[in-house]
Amino acid sequence: MNLAGRDIRHNFGRFVLTTIGLGLLLMLVMGMGGIYRGLVQEATLLVDRIDADLWVVQKNTRGPFAEISQIPANMEDRIRAVPGVLSSRDFVSTTIQRERSGQPLRITVQGLSWPEDRGQWLPIVAGRALGQGHYETIADESLKLPLGEKIHLAKDTYTVVGHTRGMNSPAGDGMAFFTLHDAQAIQFDQPGEAVRLERSARYGRAERIDLGRSQPQVIERSLGPSSEIPALGPSVISAVLVKVRPGVNPNQVGSVIGKWPDVSVYSSNGQRNLLVSGIVDRARRQLGLFRILLIIVSAIIMALILYTLTLDKLHDIAMLKLMGARNSVILGLILQQALLLGILAYGVAYVIGQWAFPAFPRRVILVTDDLWLLAGIVVGISVLASLLGIAKALSVEPHEVLA
Amino acid sequence: MNPVVGAGEVVLQAEGLTKTYGSGHTEVIAVCDAALAVARGEIVALIGPSGAGKSTLLTLIGLILSPNAGRIVIGGTTVFDDHRMCVNVRRFRRQHFGFVFQKTNLIPFLTAVENVRLAMEIDDHPSRASKRRAMELLEYLGVDDRAGHLPSTLSGGEQQRVAVARALANRPSLILADEPTAALDSVRGRQVMELFAKVAHEQNAGVVVVTHDHRALDIFDRTLEMEDGRVREAAMSAW
Repeated sequence: MNLAGRDIRHNFGRFVLTTIGLGLLLMLVMGMGGIYRGLVQEATLLVDRIDADLWVVQKNTRGPFAEISQIPANMEDRIRAVPGVLSSRDFVSTTIQRERSGQPLRITVQGLSWPEDRGQWLPIVAGRALGQGHYETIADESLKLPLGEKIHLAKDTYTVVGHTRGMNSPAGDGMAFFTLHDAQAIQFDQPGEAVRLERSARYGRAERIDLGRSQPQVIERSLGPSSEIPALGPSVISAVLVKVRPGVNPNQVGSVIGKWPDVSVYSSNGQRNLLVSGIVDRARRQLGLFRILLIIVSAIIMALILYTLTLDKLHDIAMLKLMGARNSVILGLILQQALLLGILAYGVAYVIGQWAFPAFPRRVILVTDDLWLLAGIVVGISVLASLLGIAKALSVEPHEVLA
Repeated sequence: MNPVVGAGEVVLQAEGLTKTYGSGHTEVIAVCDAALAVARGEIVALIGPSGAGKSTLLTLIGLILSPNAGRIVIGGTTVFDDHRMCVNVRRFRRQHFGFVFQKTNLIPFLTAVENVRLAMEIDDHPSRASKRRAMELLEYLGVDDRAGHLPSTLSGGEQQRVAVARALANRPSLILADEPTAALDSVRGRQVMELFAKVAHEQNAGVVVVTHDHRALDIFDRTLEMEDGRVREAAMSAW
């Protein structure tokens, strides 16, 4: 006869409520782990998906995800000339914030090196890849921009032609993919008045120098866009992505480029590690601390609940002892209840989590290994939590029945 | 005094039992050099004023408390002698004793039949056999129709019958009852006392009942009286 089961049946309502409460607490523990996994995945998603052997970034910077990296646009051509390089692509990444329907909308703008890169490698779940060199975008579904939606960014209007799934920046913002030129236009957009003032000032400077006076075309071009003036053009890309030829060691190519005084080179793994250790590490430690605290709180609550359940049964336990029950019968009663409470609460945490986690603002990824580890911890704290109740139960004397 | 015993085989023999609480100025002698013997099939009443030591004597005989001195032999086995227990107390209790108290102490989350089965299952009886015997006992005591009910839904008399059934479950050689009818009206109280007599005679168990209810003393084979921790044979005419 299972005494633990019979007791639970007798106090079913209380047991169910306790299980749900503990389950919600464990769901938070589970969610914290899932959020960490989500952070790592979001942080490294683009690096993993973009399939580059090397990342070439501004000298002494940690790349476009960690800090501002600006390198000349012609860097791509220089790199393509390095022996062993199969291809190179420009990469632009910037985050903007706009308003949509009165709500803030944060978009991580990514530039694709059109026409070689149309975004075919992206996980497109609806619509298509980019089909023209301007005014189209592939947006992540988390941005909630429907297909065909027209969004106004900088001075142009872009049409959403495709949807990706799960493409978020390390900060959790949804990504939108544009052609490189469009991304640059969005990134370096300035108000019309500022552009007019800059061109006017530039015109004035050109008029005052000998070159301007001797070369009228210089004065004429000074009134055009900065990007069309090589000598004045800003550093407009964030990084260059390099793919090496088959059979070539990426490290050898990287060491050649790395000797240039204006760039730093990272392998994909290096860039990935920088992201994880730089952006995610502090969050990981903070989440880890929260998880530990929540586990301790869960254990304390479990211990208190089990202790209270045991106190309620002290008279019955004394009677069991008086009838000659072995300690194992009494231990079993408390331990089975503790384990059942822990296991059921874990199940509640998992089931509610499956329903609730997708609604979390940050991605929550439940990994099987993490779930098993947490299950082991729950069993562990169930046993630990029952010790207080067991100690109390074992200290009861049979003659207390007569009290 | 020399214990007087009925004609059957002696199931309980206790001599020189002494139990004190506290020490020095606060020492209280609860039981003093008590001796008694009970035969199989005999029902013995233990009476006396409050504080006389009746319940304490019962807990000493039932191996619930250890005496300070004395000797206890149950079913021919010396269980306490020379200031120490000579047996595994819990195992001995579950195999040789049945207990009934004023408060029935039924496990509240078990049904009547489960309460009876529990006594057998903690002694490793097979589940099916224990269930069958539990039902037989409930039928024997006239509460088989309440087998599936929780104690909270039973009347006081029914609860006490279930408690008696539980006490009988492991075919004990000795049943110890401490004021089992105190919470019952006189009619139901007498019925329970008659039940104990029936159990003693039909199940061939020795039964010791601590009671204040003098109206039912005619049911008992013998009556022992306790006063100031000492046991003596009661003069029936006094009651």
